[in-house]
Amino acid sequence: MSRPQDDQEAYYRGIPTVPYDLLKELLIAFVVSGVVIIALALALSSPDVPPLTIQAWAQADPVDFVTTATSELAGTSFSAAYGPPYTDGSDSVQTLGPLAPQQWAGNAVHLDTAKDFVLGPLAAAAVGNADLAAALTTYGSADDATRQGWLDAYTTALADATTQNGAVAVAPGSYGPVPVLMANLLGVARSGGLDGLLLAGHQFYQTNYTGPLLFMGDGGYLAGLAEDQHLLGSQWGMMNETGSYPGQEWLWLYSMWYQLPPYNTAPNADLLVVLTMLVLTVLLAFVPFIPILRDIPRWLPIHRLVWRNYYRWRKTHPEQAAL
Amino acid sequence: MTTLGSDPAPDQADKTWTGATRRLLERRLPLNHLLPSRQPFFVGSWVYVFGVVAITALIWVIGSGVVLAFFGPGWWHVSGIGRFVNSIHFWAVQLLFFFVVLHLWGQYFMASWRDGRAKTWLVGVVVFVAALVTGFTGYISQQNLDAQWIAINAKDGINATGAGAFFNVLDFGQMYGIHVMLLPIIVTTLVVLHVVQVRLRGVVRPIEARTAPTGRKPPEAGAS
Repeated sequence: MSRPQDDQEAYYRGIPTVPYDLLKELLIAFVVSGVVIIALALALSSPDVPPLTIQAWAQADPVDFVTTATSELAGTSFSAAYGPPYTDGSDSVQTLGPLAPQQWAGNAVHLDTAKDFVLGPLAAAAVGNADLAAALTTYGSADDATRQGWLDAYTTALADATTQNGAVAVAPGSYGPVPVLMANLLGVARSGGLDGLLLAGHQFYQTNYTGPLLFMGDGGYLAGLAEDQHLLGSQWGMMNETGSYPGQEWLWLYSMWYQLPPYNTAPNADLLVVLTMLVLTVLLAFVPFIPILRDIPRWLPIHRLVWRNYYRWRKTHPEQAAL
Repeated sequence: MTTLGSDPAPDQADKTWTGATRRLLERRLPLNHLLPSRQPFFVGSWVYVFGVVAITALIWVIGSGVVLAFFGPGWWHVSGIGRFVNSIHFWAVQLLFFFVVLHLWGQYFMASWRDGRAKTWLVGVVVFVAALVTGFTGYISQQNLDAQWIAINAKDGINATGAGAFFNVLDFGQMYGIHVMLLPIIVTTLVVLHVVQVRLRGVVRPIEARTAPTGRKPPEAGAS
């Protein structure tokens, strides 16, 4: 902590002082800011677009849901191949030369998208459902190459899939048990059961939404909703809010780098942006010690505007000002 | 045995930790510095109000946040009064950051780190960064579409640094706990420290003010 200025009278010598009631000023500012805040709250309320549920997603866009779920089962989704801290993959691992903090931190979540997002929930839903139980057995007993063949063929067919009465229809093909698995998963999702199954996998009380959020993030439906609300990174979404409300506009600088080269095309853009902001924050913190940065205020006449009464007084009281 | 009040020089004789702490606080935190009733006339500028308004906005943020935390994170979505309290929280945060940024720029162009005030500036920057993280965790804790997307979108930046292994933005419980407990304590403590630093040194003199009392030219824009 700073030590008290030993001799404030000497520090301000020659400069007139005036009565100044700090606490009164604080109270007045509290009341005025409160009036402004309450007026804004009453007039404009606050944004609250309801969260997307997996049920709502499956009902609104079954093809996107099934396409995403198939990629989770095949291990080809964004999350499946992500890498630390979710999986052992490497697709989203960012490095800068020898600097690889994401890799160093390791896989903390140990996510298995096929088991956690598809096979696990389906196993729970298979109780009393002989068709689904048989499909799971067939899938589980098949070798990797056979499974891959089913999944590849089904993924290709999903590109031309249609929705009929809430179910996803694809052209006939050699998909093995995959259509049965996906039809059941879609059914569980549309009923709202999958929202619970993705959360209830580990413990009764649950506040960790890593699984469902990654699952929804892998699909295109949530991104579409975010784009409608101008929340995408390419839309400066980091500093936006839903609707027309102000968001975290104080993140403008952080958001700006993502719009500019080389950041907007770099595969390690996130790491580059974070490191850039880290350097800038350190520079800001140590401005008092950095030549040029600490001299700019003296060069620019803005301080003369701030202290215009002082500089006016100094002109009329040169002797007192020189004390 | 000495009776209370009969000790001829209690402070000198008092070797207790409590006495030493009292003497330290009296020496380091003199009340006439903490709560002055006179100021140099040049503080009559709107720039000095920015920091004060930021503090009052913080009080509104904390007050509304306490109510929101008391009733739980789902309350404001289903209650009209809860929505109103959340709206106060939301706009108080907007006001807080608006005036914090004005305060920061104002103090920069006044080179307020001069004459031994570099540590005050440094703590102010740390407060700003801590407030950014607090705001971020708050947005993630909203339990709505915005919170979902911010968490999904922000995870890549956090993960790229390696912090995602222990700071999981997709874990609502972790983010909410940090937002309502840990960060408010950090921000409030740092703000109190910042204000005490300002009061102990007093406001900085205008740039190019007269020669320092020691006869040396005071360091103008550089820190001392």
